[in-house]
Order: sequence, then structure tokens, then C-alpha cells
Amino acid sequence: MLYCDHNASAPTRPEVVEAMTRCLADGGNPSSVHGIGRRARAAVEQARSQVAALAGARPEEVVFTSGGTEANAMALAGFGDAPIFVSAIEHDSVLAAAPDAVRLPVSRDGVVDLDALDVALGDIGGRPIVSVMYANNETGVVQPIAEIARGAHAAGAIVHCDAVQAAGRLAIDFAGLGLDLMTLSAHKIGGPQGVGALIVRQGLSLKPLLRGGGQERGLRAGTENVAGIVGFGVATALARGEISETARIGARRDALEAALRRIAPDAVVYGAAAPRLANTTCIGMPGVSGETQVMAFDLDGIAVSAGAACSSGKVTASHVLRAMGFGDEAAGEAIRISLGLSTDDADIEAIGETWRKLYERTRARVGQTSRATMPAARTAA
Amino acid sequence: MAYNDKVIDHYENPRNVGSLDKGDESVGTGLVGAPACGDVMKLQIKVGDGGVIEDAKFKTFGCGSAIASSSLATEWIKGKSIDEAEEIKNTQIAEHLSLPPVKIHCSVLAEDAIKAAIADYRGKHDDEQDQGAVAAE
Amino acid sequence: MTNKRNGSNITLPIYLDNQATTPVDPRVLEAMMPFFKEKFGNPHSRSHSYGWEVEEAVEEARGEIATIIGANPKEVIYTSGATESNNLAIKGVANFYKDRKNHIVTVLTEHKCVLDSCRHLQQDGFDVTYLPVAPNGLIDLEQLRDAITDKTSLVSVMGVNNEIGVIQPLAEIGKICREKGVFFHTDCAQAVGKIPLDVNEMNIDLMSISGHKIYGPMGIGALYVRRRPRVRLQALINGGGQERGMRSGTLPAPLCVGMGEACRVAREDMPAESERIRMLAQKLHKGVNDRIPDVILNGDPEKRYAGNLNLSFSYVEGESLLMAIKDLAVSSGSACTSASLEPSYVLRALGVDEELAHTSIRFGIGRFNTEAEIDYAIDTLADHVGRLREMSPLWEMVQEGVDLKSIEWTEH
Repeated sequence: MLYCDHNASAPTRPEVVEAMTRCLADGGNPSSVHGIGRRARAAVEQARSQVAALAGARPEEVVFTSGGTEANAMALAGFGDAPIFVSAIEHDSVLAAAPDAVRLPVSRDGVVDLDALDVALGDIGGRPIVSVMYANNETGVVQPIAEIARGAHAAGAIVHCDAVQAAGRLAIDFAGLGLDLMTLSAHKIGGPQGVGALIVRQGLSLKPLLRGGGQERGLRAGTENVAGIVGFGVATALARGEISETARIGARRDALEAALRRIAPDAVVYGAAAPRLANTTCIGMPGVSGETQVMAFDLDGIAVSAGAACSSGKVTASHVLRAMGFGDEAAGEAIRISLGLSTDDADIEAIGETWRKLYERTRARVGQTSRATMPAARTAA
Repeated sequence: MAYNDKVIDHYENPRNVGSLDKGDESVGTGLVGAPACGDVMKLQIKVGDGGVIEDAKFKTFGCGSAIASSSLATEWIKGKSIDEAEEIKNTQIAEHLSLPPVKIHCSVLAEDAIKAAIADYRGKHDDEQDQGAVAAE
Repeated sequence: MTNKRNGSNITLPIYLDNQATTPVDPRVLEAMMPFFKEKFGNPHSRSHSYGWEVEEAVEEARGEIATIIGANPKEVIYTSGATESNNLAIKGVANFYKDRKNHIVTVLTEHKCVLDSCRHLQQDGFDVTYLPVAPNGLIDLEQLRDAITDKTSLVSVMGVNNEIGVIQPLAEIGKICREKGVFFHTDCAQAVGKIPLDVNEMNIDLMSISGHKIYGPMGIGALYVRRRPRVRLQALINGGGQERGMRSGTLPAPLCVGMGEACRVAREDMPAESERIRMLAQKLHKGVNDRIPDVILNGDPEKRYAGNLNLSFSYVEGESLLMAIKDLAVSSGSACTSASLEPSYVLRALGVDEELAHTSIRFGIGRFNTEAEIDYAIDTLADHVGRLREMSPLWEMVQEGVDLKSIEWTEH
């Protein structure tokens, strides 16, 4: 099986599995004062430092959660009734956490409109929350976070950034960017599922989502998922060392896109003109639903996805592509191929081969039907 | 909670555990703290000629830091004059044992225990000077 | 480290803190491993077979969780742990029904996360009744009945207390709640796998379950949410719409699988294991009582989970005792609060004197403890309690016949 769905979940790294297995065997509750508990505490604190290093934050700013979704919920629920501004291409967990938020538009390349942010914040007053993701999960488009943070802070806002997809793929500097809150997830960087973190700038006070035993400086109650946190720590340490290899993946992704476009000259690559994560391509084969494409890949043993892998399997047109100004039909034809470090040239060839077979097969059919029923041209693909 | 080595040493090998005869004229007894708060210290001094503390004993109900603080206190005051002993400050005890902030109260209690023992001793002798009588407890 | 005492090999320290967390059962770890390795994948990625296989395993595990409490798998939602389950159940139900009902009933001895959730609701304008407990730790059913009003949406009473192990009369509570038409939530983090539970027989509407208290992994828990009559709640974590919209977020497949396996093992082993743990607990209790005078058992002697023995060693301060018996990993009170100097609020609610509360130690006996370990624990306790009492001014005074209550203590 060729796995090209790293943005949904990256394979757990062997070093992570090893560290977690050891930890699971050791046991211990980090809040216990006996030696076994203290050893668990030390393991959690080491991981906290590792995660902080990846994020460019201080260890004491790291609050462990059950994942990116919880961290996003916590960030957006932490400030009472403050008005919230989010980009229209945020992850579902952000959009759902703030259903009444003002949605900031994006360009056709999927970049948040800075002018629109300025206008929206113009005379808002108070202490609004601005939440914009670092890099989009579907298109990989990287947002101008530094500028967003600067503009938002000028208007007195608290700035949250969902960096789930960017962490481990781009060098992130929480402090340098001047962010107030940032979300991370372990399983996107080869750590375990069920762990994430919210980075909370020192001095910022927010209301906890989960209340109880006072763990995580009172910001997140619940016995720490020690093995998961340790696995997260190991994954961040390894991911940090791999950021330099981004160029290599980028070259493969570019080669892939070039190959796919050679096969299907009418294919659309979304966000192509914007800075993107090096591993991600969001590409549409006109006239073929994303689902059909994904199934064709699956039959050939290649795992890719149509849009985000969240909403309990239901395939709906991506809100991200629609926000970029594409119609339901075009959005429904897009698939996401997200590569990993292990993806090699042969893999790129294999993806191309499946794509070619599918394209030729459907073109033949489209060719037949188009004579009879298809309109001459499709609008705005 | 991780303990400092000196705390562990005093806790595992406490110096001067025991009791002196509190009815003895030359003995001063200090009992400070409260069971409900989780710490009670009893510290006793035996004062010889010239006001020098010849012996000191303690018993403590409390955490390891409380036990170590009182053990250290008895060690320090032995051989000192009561005036010198009275000068010992809780901060010195806390510093010597590297007590964390949540345990500073243990050193405070040890200082209080020294002072209470000295006061008790002085009380006995003030009575003696004033009236030549001893009120037995 | 091994010790030849009692003629057997014992690994030190001996883990007797099975209420704080349990070691992961090797069978659980084995079930989890494939999902860390070859079977990784996002269980929500339904469009490729990686996702399908993982989803199947996650659903099978859900079935195991349902089975151990007599529920339908559709009524079980995964969470990150019992703390989240308790927060979700209490705040979720309260907020969903707040237009018509604004009152919650709970108990003073509940887990901190239940009490904190309730306190938070009070700040938001809800009324909360905190039922007292008798000196044995149990609630009075008539008081419960009287506390429920037509404004009550939820009653939350735990199954087994985490600090003292007493078992609340769940079936009777459930009956009262059903009669009164209010939802019954129970925090069963310490009860699942240890005592028989049946959500239908006991009329339980919501139940919090923990993974790491039942020899499963940390970071996973579940909330049982009844479908008939339907309980509705407002989600705390929204997003992808997983878990019937009640709890969004990518499901951690290895953890779900681990929790399912933990439930399966617990269900199969429960009859034999309960008996063994009861035997070990009785041995410990008897051994301690035979060798050490003035030891008091906190909580009802009968209506309790045997594996939790909370003992007060009068005249010996708990923290110093913990330090002395460092070969035994035990705790004074619950793990979340054990680093604080406050005596346990649970023991205080029972009316235990503060001085006695300061002397209490919780022994949590679990699946992997042996008889030799219990023997070793008894010896260790007898040695150190004796030594510390020799060092205790209170013990000395009591031996001299002084009534400690007659002394004017300098409270500080």
C-alpha cells in the first residue's frame, strides 16, 4: 500500500512506537508523588520541552490536549463572548467551535485577504479573537501569519493559529510571530493519535474547557496521556530534524504535478500560485468526481483523499475550495495527495500511472457522452 | 515530591529524637503546631551552667521536611547559649535544607519550637528568681 | 531491584496505587500494537481501505465497552478520558436543557472534575445541590429524593469513590431518578470492570468510563449516553462531527482498540479477579490491624470495592509515612491533589477529624499485585509506622494518657 494521505494522519514513527511502548509498560500517574509517578512526570516534562522547541515557544506555554480539535475548541471557547474572526478556509473544528464567527474571505489562490481582516477589525473595539490557520489542510496554502498577527494585534485582538498542518513541515516561531495561541497535533507529524497541544502565551489567561484535577496549570484537567505525550515529544524532536528536507519533498510534489498535468492538461491544481506546504497537492480531474478518483487509487493500492477526512465519511464539496471561489462541481472533483518523506520517485510514477488509466478511461466515456448531452464548456473550473 | 538529599538524610537518620524530663528545672519544652494542620513539633533543651544548651531533643508529627527542620534545629542549638540559639532564623534552616516554597512553614515551625523551648526554660527560671517556686505542669 | 524477603522475588517499588492509574495489561498492549504499526490510519478516511480496517477495529472496541455495562454500542461515545466524559455529561446536559431546567444534584465526595464542572455551572447561573454523605461515605436516598425538584435536569453520583472505595447504591438512585423524570449520570471511572454494572437494570442515563483505570491506555475514555429515552447534550468539542456530533476529533484508533480490549479482559476476568483482590485486601487489612494499633478504615466496611483500602495511621503524618514506605507506591488521597498540603475533602465530608485525615494512606490493590507483595507491605508498614510513632509527640502524649483534644494547639 502506498500511503499518500499524510495530511489526514501520518504513519506513527517507529521511534515513537518504541518510546510509547516503553512508557505504557512503565505506567504511573504523573500527579502521584511516589517514584513511579515522578518518573511519569519527568517524561511528560521532557516531552513538553521537545514540543516547545518545535513550536518556538517556552515549555511552560505548552498545554497538552487530546488533539488538535480539542485545542482549537479550547482556544476559541476561552474568552467568553468576545467576537471571533476566522478565515473561511479553517478546519471544521475551528468553524464549528465558533459558529457565529465572522468569516474572512480568501483569494482564488486560497490566501486570507489581509485587507478584509483590517476592515473587519477596523472599529470592532474590545478584545476580539482572530483565528487563522498556518497552512491549509486541503490545499497546503501557507497563510501570511506574521502579517495577520501584526494587523490583528494592532486592533487589540488575541491571535490564534491552527498550525496542525504546518508543524514539522515549516520552521515555526510562536514567539517570533507574536502569536497568542497555537494549535498542534501529534498524529500529523508521525506521533500518536489522541494527543495535541495548545500553546498559550505566557501571561494570557483563558477559561479552561475541561475542569477538574488542576493538571496542565489548571488549564486542562484530566490525567495526562503519558505515553501519548511522550510519543508526541519524540515525534516533534524527529520532525524538527526533517524540516530541512522539505525541498526534497517539494521537488517530488512538483514533479508529480507536472506529470499529472501532462496526462490531463485540463487538471486544476488549487493554490498553485501561492506558497504551499511542500508535500501537498490538491488537484482536480475535470468531469470525474473526487470519490471516483479516490476509489481508483485505492484499487491500485494508493491511499489519497477527497477533501478533508473528517465529517464521518460523508463526501461533500470542500468548503475550502468553495471559499476560493470554485463551484460545487469543481470542488467535488478535487482530490488531495499528501506526500511523506518516504515517498520516492517510483511512488510518484505509480500515482501518475493510476491517474493516467483513469483519465484515459473517463475521457473515452466523456468523449462519447459529450457528443450527446454535455454542454460545450464548463464554467469556472 | 522530590526531596533534597539533606532532608532525606535528616529524615532517615534524625538527630536527637527523644524526650527530656519536662519537669526538670534545667529543661525547657516547646510544643508548637497543631494536629489539624498536619504538623506538631516538640523541642526540648537542657540548659547547663552559663546558659549553654547541653542537650536537645525533639519529636515531630509532620512531613519529612518538618522532621528534618526539627532535627537540624536540635543539631544547631546544641552547644550554643540560649541567647545564640534564639538568633537562629527559619530562613537559615530553609536555606540549609533547600526547602521548596510549600515547605517553608516547616522551618518557621522549627524556629518557633526553639523560641518556645527557650521561653519555657526562661519561664521556669523567672519564677525561680521572683518567687523561688516552681509551678509543676 | 528484587528482594528475597518472604522467600520470594519482589520487584520494588510495589505498585499499590491502582486508583491513580493501572498498569497497561500486556494483552491490551498487544492488541494496540498493530494499530501503532502496520494498521495506522485515520479511521474517518472512509475512502481508502486503511481507514476501513481501522474503523472496524474501533467499532469492535466500542462494542466491548458497551457490553461490559450492558449498553448498545450506539450509545457509547469515545472521549479523551473520564475527566472529559464528566465535563461533557454534566455541562452538556445542563446546557442543553437550561431553558426549562436549571438545577443539578451531586454529592460532596464526587471526583474533582465533577465538582469543578458543577461549580462552573453555578457561575453560569445554575443551582447545584451538593448532597452530604454519612460517616460511612454513602448518601441518604431520602435526601436525594427530597433534593430533586421539577427544575432538576441531572443527578450525578459516582459508582465507586476514588479515595475511599465506597460503592453508592446506583440501582436505587437510578430508580429514584427514573421516577422523578431526571437524568442520572454516574462517574464509573473507578467502578467499570470492578463491580458488575448494567445501565438498564440500574436506570443509568449517562456513565463516564476511563481507559487507564481498567488496565487500558491513558488518553482515552468513554461516555455512555442513553438513546431511549434519549438524552441530549451540548458538545464541548465541535468540528468534524465524529461520535454522533457529541464529540469531534480524530479518533485515536490504538487507544480505542486498547480500551476495548481492556473491557473485554476485565469482563472475562472479573469473577476470578474480584475474589483474588478481595482476598489480598483482607489480608492487608488484617495484617495491618494485627501488627499496628490505632489504624482506622475510612468508608463503609461492607459497601466498598475491596481493592481500595483507605487507612488512617493515627499519630503519624501521611506524607512522612509515604516518604518512609518508599518501597510501596501508594498515595495519600487522590493523585490530582496529593501534591497539595490540604487534607482530603472526601475524608472531611465523611466527618473524619482533620488530624486523622492527615494520617490517611490509600492502598490500591490491583490485577498484578501478589500475596508476597502484600506480606512485604505489611512488614514495611509495621516497621515504619512504629518508628514514626516513636518520633511522634502525639503518640507520646497519648501513651501518657493526655487527651489531645484538651490541648490548646497553636493553629498556624
